[in-house]
Amino acid sequence: MLRVRLQEELARVERDVLALGAMVEEAIKASVDALVRRDREAAQRIIDDDRLINERRFAIESDILVLIATQQPIARDLRLLAAMLEIITELERSGDYAKGISRVNLYLGDAPLIKPLIDIPLMAQKATDMLHRALKAFAERDVEAARAIPREDDEVDALYNRVNEELLRLVIADIKNLEQANYLLWAAHNLERAADRVTNICERVVFTVTGEMSELDTHFDAGID
Amino acid sequence: MMERRKSTPGTKIAVEHLNVHYGKKQVLADICIEIKERQITALIGPSGCGKSTFLRSLNRMNDAVPGARIEGEVRLDGENIYNPRFDVVQLRQRVGMVFQRPNPFPQSIYDNVAFGPRILGIRRRSRLDEIVEQSLREVNLWDEVKETFRKQNALTLSLGQQQRLCIARTIATRPEVILMDEPASALDPIETLRIEDLMRALVQEYTIVIVTHNMQQAARVSDWTAFFLTDDGQIGKLVEYGETGRVFTNPRDQRTVDYITGRFG
Repeated sequence: MLRVRLQEELARVERDVLALGAMVEEAIKASVDALVRRDREAAQRIIDDDRLINERRFAIESDILVLIATQQPIARDLRLLAAMLEIITELERSGDYAKGISRVNLYLGDAPLIKPLIDIPLMAQKATDMLHRALKAFAERDVEAARAIPREDDEVDALYNRVNEELLRLVIADIKNLEQANYLLWAAHNLERAADRVTNICERVVFTVTGEMSELDTHFDAGID
Repeated sequence: MMERRKSTPGTKIAVEHLNVHYGKKQVLADICIEIKERQITALIGPSGCGKSTFLRSLNRMNDAVPGARIEGEVRLDGENIYNPRFDVVQLRQRVGMVFQRPNPFPQSIYDNVAFGPRILGIRRRSRLDEIVEQSLREVNLWDEVKETFRKQNALTLSLGQQQRLCIARTIATRPEVILMDEPASALDPIETLRIEDLMRALVQEYTIVIVTHNMQQAARVSDWTAFFLTDDGQIGKLVEYGETGRVFTNPRDQRTVDYITGRFG
């Protein structure tokens, strides 16, 4: 094999991207766990630690730019680097969602919740599971998986709609629920967006392997938008 | 990026206020640079900028140039190689050189590699065999010549193989530093990449300084980049020196920017 240095550097950056992905996955899970437990200390930690995610993202971005500038990557190598640039942006934003959910946790304070948290943890579970498998698909260059995962976004959307509807009912029933409903809807919305970003990651997996740049349909039933 | 992986490397060669004159003409002025140990330093710059002169000053190859005058210090592990008491033969053993055109002797592959060790007084056949095989292995030539290396004339090898043989000949005397003057410019793209990979493998053990016209090669292969340029008086100066990743993404001097982005002149 020629160009050993480029191959080694690519592998190293890829490991860093996957490590960043693991951090983000963990942050999202932890943020919802903390919300369920109403653990504000944990929430503050997640907010503080978001800095580490951002730093890591910038470090990877810088490494990728150096590789592009110095190693003249072409074809598949170039696609991989371009894809990773996108993927780290998606991951960093997903990390922000964990931070957002943690903020909600702080804003909620001590007040008893207007509803038990059931669907929000389910959303988190689904979204982080999708993220995990998208990163696995990336690591394994598994185009089939990358094409399939975005279809599961429907489940997250359905849960979101259910949370939304339920919170609306609570507000209609008592306007005093408005503030908490807003916060909880914000948390749910963050999870819904995190799942959307998994689709973007999957698109980059397909691009890395095939060079094909296209939006992956997030619906079973093509044509519904 | 490179700095995250490696701890700060030590200095192998410290050059201080080096001036080189050929007769009345000054070709290098006030060069100060620290060549890092077990790293690849690339010297880049347009033709005539003095980078090859600088490379040759690192093992006193300019001594042989009539009218050459060198001021300043080049300290190898702290010792000034221009001190008259510094043994030049020992210097050349410690600081080997690989040239632009492969220049094997018209002898067997074996004798080419054994040349240096024999000069150093190694006579025992088994020891020479060992050195020859190890050196050929280090340059990834062993598998290609292991059946024939005792008899095959080195000039029958391809150019790329000849250059790898010349590198084997250089490392056979276990130098600490390898100077390379355009080592791949006579080679095809595949052999060029092979030499670059070889350099990356060798840098685990050796300090390498390479002069190259091929800026992309400098970027690909080196850890540190030094950019040379002549000033208005046509005297070569060191414009910028830094980690290769930084120099190629964020050069500090506008002249470096102009050169590496191809907007020079």
